[in-house]
Amino acid sequence: MANWLDWLTGQKNKSANQAKERLKLVLINDRTDLSPAELELLKNELLEVISRHIEIDPAAVQITMAQEGREQRLLADIPLKPQMRRRNR
Amino acid sequence: MGATVATITSGKGGVGKTTTTANLAVALAMGGKKVVCVDGDIGLRNLDVVLGLENRIVYDLVDVVEGRCRLRQAMIRDKRLPELYLIPAAQTRDKSAVSPSDMVRLCDELRPEVDWILIDSPAGIERGFRNAVAPADLVVVVTNPEVSAVRDADRIIGLIEAEEKGPARLIINRLNPALVRRGDMLTADDVLELLAIELIGIVPEDEHVITSSNRGQPVALDGKSRAGEAFHNIARRMNGEKVPFMNLEQKDGFFNRLSRLMRPGGN
Repeated sequence: MANWLDWLTGQKNKSANQAKERLKLVLINDRTDLSPAELELLKNELLEVISRHIEIDPAAVQITMAQEGREQRLLADIPLKPQMRRRNR
Repeated sequence: MGATVATITSGKGGVGKTTTTANLAVALAMGGKKVVCVDGDIGLRNLDVVLGLENRIVYDLVDVVEGRCRLRQAMIRDKRLPELYLIPAAQTRDKSAVSPSDMVRLCDELRPEVDWILIDSPAGIERGFRNAVAPADLVVVVTNPEVSAVRDADRIIGLIEAEEKGPARLIINRLNPALVRRGDMLTADDVLELLAIELIGIVPEDEHVITSSNRGQPVALDGKSRAGEAFHNIARRMNGEKVPFMNLEQKDGFFNRLSRLMRPGGN
């Protein structure tokens, strides 16, 4: 029965799909010369700088590498914490 | 008149650069073009054997560059096709015997004489690759639908862009339609999506390629095999013709699988 389900739902485990998914990640690293660890470091430093100026929710931040044609793009999605009132100085 | 210089490269070795160069040269020459192919793989020459011209070498590329012979003397004329010539690589020297500017000078001397100059690049990203790419008007990257070849192709495409020789064109070589249908080989679309460059041809895996190189008779010569047909299509595209891509694969969707199951004797 499980076999039939696999057969119907398709090809997730087919080796070609694995090849494609693995290549996607490898090519991002090759093209940017940035390892996942370095990306994590970059993300932390970025958060530190931004939170010096505005309040953000570090857990909700998403920093990802996107591909557009042969161009790599660093995408940062940084939700701000709702500000009740502008601070009085 | 002035020739277009097309360099065939890949990064990874063994993906079929030399076979591709030989067959494109044959196909272009059969289409009435005057073609010179240059073996850029100094020290590991092979274009001569794939073309079946190994017994006729007197002078080579390095002899021309170092002034021991005139360019004409190093051009071996293919007797099967009056407008096809080979300039072989030296076998006893290494890549450093030639510089990128030597290659530019050599091609500039050839340009007024012919329609196409095809350069067979060696594998790798070092001197031999830079020599081969330096005079190029068009760079063709050959890859296979498998992880290491695609990864290296991506690297070489980046280098071609850095040398301002882009955008490169892609040939996907040795695509096995049965494996693709089974979901065990990257599709041409997968490779294109990953590499994001323009496709100029898909060549199916075809045992005729091996038997023909055994004989020194490139498959494109008789044009009956699938691979030979694919190379002729690529040559026509290089000349600016619009030629539809062969339908080699069908993504194995639910209905395909179902219909195959229904067919007697199917799958």
